[in-house]
Amino acid sequence: MKSRTREEERRLAAFFRGEIARLATRPVRLMEVCGTHTVAIFKAGIRQLLPPEVELVSGPGCPVCVTPNEYLDTAVAYSRQQGVIITTFGDMLRVPGSSSSLAAEQATGADIRIVYSPLDSLAIAAANPAKKVIFLAVGFETTAPTAAATVLAAEQAGLTNFYVLSAHKLVPPALRALLTAGEVQVDGLLLPGHVSAIIGEEPYRFLAREYGVPAVITGFEPLDILGAVYLLVKRIAAGEAALDNEYRRVVPPAGNPAAVAVLDKVYGEADAAWRGIGVIPASGLAVKAAYRRFDALAALPVTVEETKDHPGCRCGEVLRGVARPADCPLFGAACTPERPVGSCMVSVEGTCAAWYKYGAGRWQV
Amino acid sequence: MKDELILLAHGSGGKLSHDLVARVMQPAFANPALDLMHDGARVEAAGARLAFTTDSYVVKPLFFAGGDIGKLAVCGTVNDLAVSGATPLYLSAGFIIEEGFPVAALERIVASMRAAAAEAGVSIVTGDTKVVEKGAVDGIYINTAGIGAVIAGADISPLNARPGQDIILSGPVGDHAVAVMAGRHGLKLPATVASDCAPLGGMIGAVLAAVPQVAVLRDPTRGGLATTLNEIAAQAKVGIMVEEAAIPVRPEVQAVCDILGFDPLYLANEGKVIIFVESPYSEEVIAVLRAHPYGREARVIGRVTAAPAGQVGLRTGIGGVRLLDMLIGDQLPRIC
Ligand code: SF4
Repeated sequence: MKSRTREEERRLAAFFRGEIARLATRPVRLMEVCGTHTVAIFKAGIRQLLPPEVELVSGPGCPVCVTPNEYLDTAVAYSRQQGVIITTFGDMLRVPGSSSSLAAEQATGADIRIVYSPLDSLAIAAANPAKKVIFLAVGFETTAPTAAATVLAAEQAGLTNFYVLSAHKLVPPALRALLTAGEVQVDGLLLPGHVSAIIGEEPYRFLAREYGVPAVITGFEPLDILGAVYLLVKRIAAGEAALDNEYRRVVPPAGNPAAVAVLDKVYGEADAAWRGIGVIPASGLAVKAAYRRFDALAALPVTVEETKDHPGCRCGEVLRGVARPADCPLFGAACTPERPVGSCMVSVEGTCAAWYKYGAGRWQV
Repeated sequence: MKDELILLAHGSGGKLSHDLVARVMQPAFANPALDLMHDGARVEAAGARLAFTTDSYVVKPLFFAGGDIGKLAVCGTVNDLAVSGATPLYLSAGFIIEEGFPVAALERIVASMRAAAAEAGVSIVTGDTKVVEKGAVDGIYINTAGIGAVIAGADISPLNARPGQDIILSGPVGDHAVAVMAGRHGLKLPATVASDCAPLGGMIGAVLAAVPQVAVLRDPTRGGLATTLNEIAAQAKVGIMVEEAAIPVRPEVQAVCDILGFDPLYLANEGKVIIFVESPYSEEVIAVLRAHPYGREARVIGRVTAAPAGQVGLRTGIGGVRLLDMLIGDQLPRIC
């Protein structure tokens, strides 16, 4: 993509736009599942390039956003224990739990460290043998293999003070849950490129087969996304439900078997709770029995406060694609990126944060 | 909020900085010169029209590709005077130095201040030196203040922004911040990436001499191009639309930004100027800029619009339009 000149990009964009406008003869609703796509769509101003018939809605594809309060409460409870170091990606810090957040705990003395790779946690564990290091393992199929590899590396290094608190989630089961619930009518799906680079095409085949919904695996450049919308609108116009892979240059049809093998070695499918959606069968990853000593929940006792939800926050509906951020009375008023109320405003990939930052409702609809 | 504390992000030049100044300093000190909130205040003394400005420099590392804290302290203040429509004349220099700081490093910094002042045609006429305990500051902080004479015929103010004006940028954005950041993290950079830190008084003076109709001048330092345009849009209550494809960013700078997740439109610059002028004059302004070594890549990047008032829009490379907001939080601490 990068090798195209700006002029070529403009021409291709104009072609996609023209074709989308020509083919979209009835209202269609396309869902971008992935938070990275949501941000890319807003950053490139793509919604505004589409005819009124084509509506893009954001789905539950931001791992920080869909992590429920209960998980944060558990992390907070661990962070309050003596001799515990929490390692986490930065976004998790500010997400409000039931009564606290990791940032608030850090300000009052909890040892919480931001890492850029889960592997960084191992160096911290090695340097602090008297402490217990708990990595907050959050993310979809993209990040889970690295977390799994970290567990294997911890075993290899003989570390006995490293643990993961797993909230890993799987994309295909969430799509099934959304389509089954039928709460939001979806005519087509934009599928995340980086998740697909791991799992390949096969896990999405049920979308067309069982639900008759066309889907496109796509990348994150503006032209990738516009091209994917074009492919979906074309399929819909032709009355076809199929899976297309627009992102072949990165996503092999079979995915990355080596990463999947590492994942399968350490993790097994488990039911998981999603914020705003509830428990989805087999949509999460739990540490397998053989690696239980690395599983914080299994190895380290903890008492967690009772879960409370934030009054007024409509993150759940936003994550299900039922409400738009602007429908939330707190949006832009009580809830801003500086003082977020809900997870969708905290995470840089959150739908509310993207709406706010890129001015949805002002420059675009 | 009672327990609110100052965060690093309050100093980023973004939204939090603005809110803090608007809430705490502005109401306390309110007067017509301050309320304009320009880079330099315009004041009158004994019949002379002067521009007056001050800034403190706390950059880390002290030495980076293309400059150091001393060059920055002179250029920054000179440029604040120049974008106030004034000829920079006199500077003060205040040093706060940490106990244990090497004298050789101080000599290097002072030499570079002397060189920058000579190029800018200003004299450093007064100063102050304090030494504080180890740990009380990080190496050395420098404050400079400056006085300049407002150029006759020039009427420069963010309030002069009017729908229909062209917005001209004198060259690529992000160089300074990327050079400093690379220095801080020990990143290897292509030799072509260096801070753009430079005194712009000469170039801006030439523009004003040729085209006195210039309406707004601003140097996009902290908070970068995006934040500076937002400030102007908010003050003048106009809209601004800029073209992503027209904003020059060096490919090397873009590459570093892609890796580190930064947006060059929010990165600090120390040798660039933004000029608003009625469009019949823009060609001439660009010709004068391009004739100067610091303005070779000058071009029109956008236009002032009537609506939506107070907001900046960006037409993206593929033709979409979105809000280009002020920086929220802190992208890069302590780079200017
Ligand atoms: S605006 Fe804030 S409170 Fe409302 S749904 Fe979004 S994140 Fe939740």
